Amino acid sequence: MYNKITAEDISVLKQIAGNDNVLTGEEINPDYAHDELGGIEKMPEVLVRVHSTEEVSAIMKHAWERCIPITVRGSGTGLVGAAVPIEGGILLETTQMNKILELDAENLTVTVQPGVLLMELAAFTEENDFLYPPDPGEKSATIGGNISTNAGGMRAVKYGVTRDYVRALTVVMPNGEILTLGGKVAKNSSGYSLKDLVIGSEGTLCIICEAVLKLVPLPKISTSLLVPFADMKSAIEAVPKIIRSKVTPTAIEYMSRDTILFSEDYLGKKFPDTKNDAYILLTFDGNTNAQVEADMKTVADLCLEIGAIDAYIVDTDERKKSVWSARGAFLEAIKASTTEMDECDVVVPVNKVDEFIKFTHKLAEKMNVRIPSFGHAGDGNLHIYICRDNLSQSDWDKTLADCFDEMYDKAAELGGMVSGEHGIGYAKKGYLKKQYGDTPITLMQGIKKVFDERNILNPHKICF
Amino acid sequence: MNILVCVKQVPGSSNVEVDPVTGVLKRDGVQSKMNPYDLYGIEMALELTEKYGGKVESITMGPPQSKSVIVETICMGASGGTVLSDRRFAGADVLATAYTISQGIRKAGEFDIIICGKQTTDGDTAQVGAEVAEYLGIPNVSNVLSIEEIADNSVKLTASLDDKIVNMKVNLPCLISVDGDINSPRLPSYKVKQTVTDDMVKFISLDDFEDQNPDNYGLSGSATQVERIFPPDKNTQKHSIEGDAKNQADELYNLICAQKLI
Repeated sequence: MYNKITAEDISVLKQIAGNDNVLTGEEINPDYAHDELGGIEKMPEVLVRVHSTEEVSAIMKHAWERCIPITVRGSGTGLVGAAVPIEGGILLETTQMNKILELDAENLTVTVQPGVLLMELAAFTEENDFLYPPDPGEKSATIGGNISTNAGGMRAVKYGVTRDYVRALTVVMPNGEILTLGGKVAKNSSGYSLKDLVIGSEGTLCIICEAVLKLVPLPKISTSLLVPFADMKSAIEAVPKIIRSKVTPTAIEYMSRDTILFSEDYLGKKFPDTKNDAYILLTFDGNTNAQVEADMKTVADLCLEIGAIDAYIVDTDERKKSVWSARGAFLEAIKASTTEMDECDVVVPVNKVDEFIKFTHKLAEKMNVRIPSFGHAGDGNLHIYICRDNLSQSDWDKTLADCFDEMYDKAAELGGMVSGEHGIGYAKKGYLKKQYGDTPITLMQGIKKVFDERNILNPHKICF
Repeated sequence: MNILVCVKQVPGSSNVEVDPVTGVLKRDGVQSKMNPYDLYGIEMALELTEKYGGKVESITMGPPQSKSVIVETICMGASGGTVLSDRRFAGADVLATAYTISQGIRKAGEFDIIICGKQTTDGDTAQVGAEVAEYLGIPNVSNVLSIEEIADNSVKLTASLDDKIVNMKVNLPCLISVDGDINSPRLPSYKVKQTVTDDMVKFISLDDFEDQNPDNYGLSGSATQVERIFPPDKNTQKHSIEGDAKNQADELYNLICAQKLI
């Protein structure tokens, strides 16, 4: 039903985006066929690097008229195949649309193009004494990708997720029309929130070309605590108790010794402490030392009371770097520790985290497979990795499918969801369908049809 | 094995303003922290005592509030420490600072090895360690990367020179200044912090020193005078390697070797 790219299409695309920004055949690096996890691969027929909303609009209009599929790609750091052009067609790369357009200190917003990297945005806002709170581990992801997956990150415990920080979006509709959804307003009860439909839509509804993001004043003080426990059970069981203490840490992450050791190997850098089996890493922020220290003391005392071995203070830039750089490398480190892996980023109610983690340990034993994990214990979002190691292809396929089935069933049983922050993309469609059932999926398909009647934007993703 | 580590309290951020009139660092309201280079010295000292037994102590010179860096060393594993604090020490240059610390060390106890960080992040001279050794009349090695063995009243160590790595055997007692990034300093323990008592930190003033002549300390004991302090320019220079893949790889390899990264 889709048209293949012709020489004439290439010529139109070159006219719109410039000769240098339109690549075909062997000019396209094979990495464009997959995202970071690489489970599904498909090369685009043409790769276009766009530089402006107007270019995106003109390309989209052409694709609409010619019925050519278009898939949008940022840095390609996704994990569920959302940026893989399943039908070939045009792959639209937004990384060159990477300007920070405006800092509005009166409305506490920053306006950015979609290709701005998360680390660039963080550096810019901090230089200006502001904080953009969403803090996913993958700092080289683009903000467009973050919005498209409603990325969460480590500060979600206190600050929430990307959706909570998007005030407005300028988008290009599948027919090329440019729309602004939302505005620099703190409240909005004006009809259906189309902006919120676009957030988390993984490039299936329209193309995000500009975003107005909400900022908060940069907290003056930020300190972390690394709390070692004798085993993972005690570490995870401590989390609900910490939350019940009414102190709100910015982040509560859990990590096992094994994962830390992978990260040491991967980074070639020693972690400050690896003597214990399990750790919880917490961050506290605020504007006065007294406030942050009081919060830290409450949690440190509580942890020691419930069996923590110690509570290490991570208070200076150097110490934060030594701990958080390891945390930031966990995904890559686990990936480097095995031959192949796949991931599950379920989210469960916070008080069910310990039950779910214990379940994965039992599952690993039952399936005789390695299942390391780490994640956001404070918001219930877990990153669980099934490692292939030495399994044959057929054993791997079967083990992976069985593990996923059991894990997603367990998450649903505990009141959880298929994805906390990585999205559904291509890889998790079946599990979404299984959990949601017919009606919600039909509603989603209906929404997709209203936005994109010809189904040219990122086909075969989420609900199709 | 008794080891003394010299530490210093420095501004918590590198973005410290300099008073344009007096040329002095504006420290008021600025968070402070332990000089990051000293952390590697503490870690090395603690690892050595874990291997050879003995204890680690720390010493600092500064206003009374610099006690907090001594407490921090205790939280990392030191058994105690000394603060050299006296108004008459104020305004000391490198020479007067080194002399003050050497006098303080004589009062603080007997040590087999004295460890300093490579430099401080606020002064950046990297000279105090060597001058303390000179005043104490003991051998000194700078840019130490590792200690291989301590035996027969001497220490076998590896140090970095500009273009080479050297192995040395040095008699004890000695003073070494350790390079940065040579280990992963352990984190201070909250649990230990709860147990720190006042008697673990000694305060020593000029009146406790062997040489009590005030002319040898502070501004009057300084051979140099600071004319102006200014933050160094940030170096954002980038080096691009041109040429084909082979030449690029060769040049990159040579650069990495020259930096002693491999």
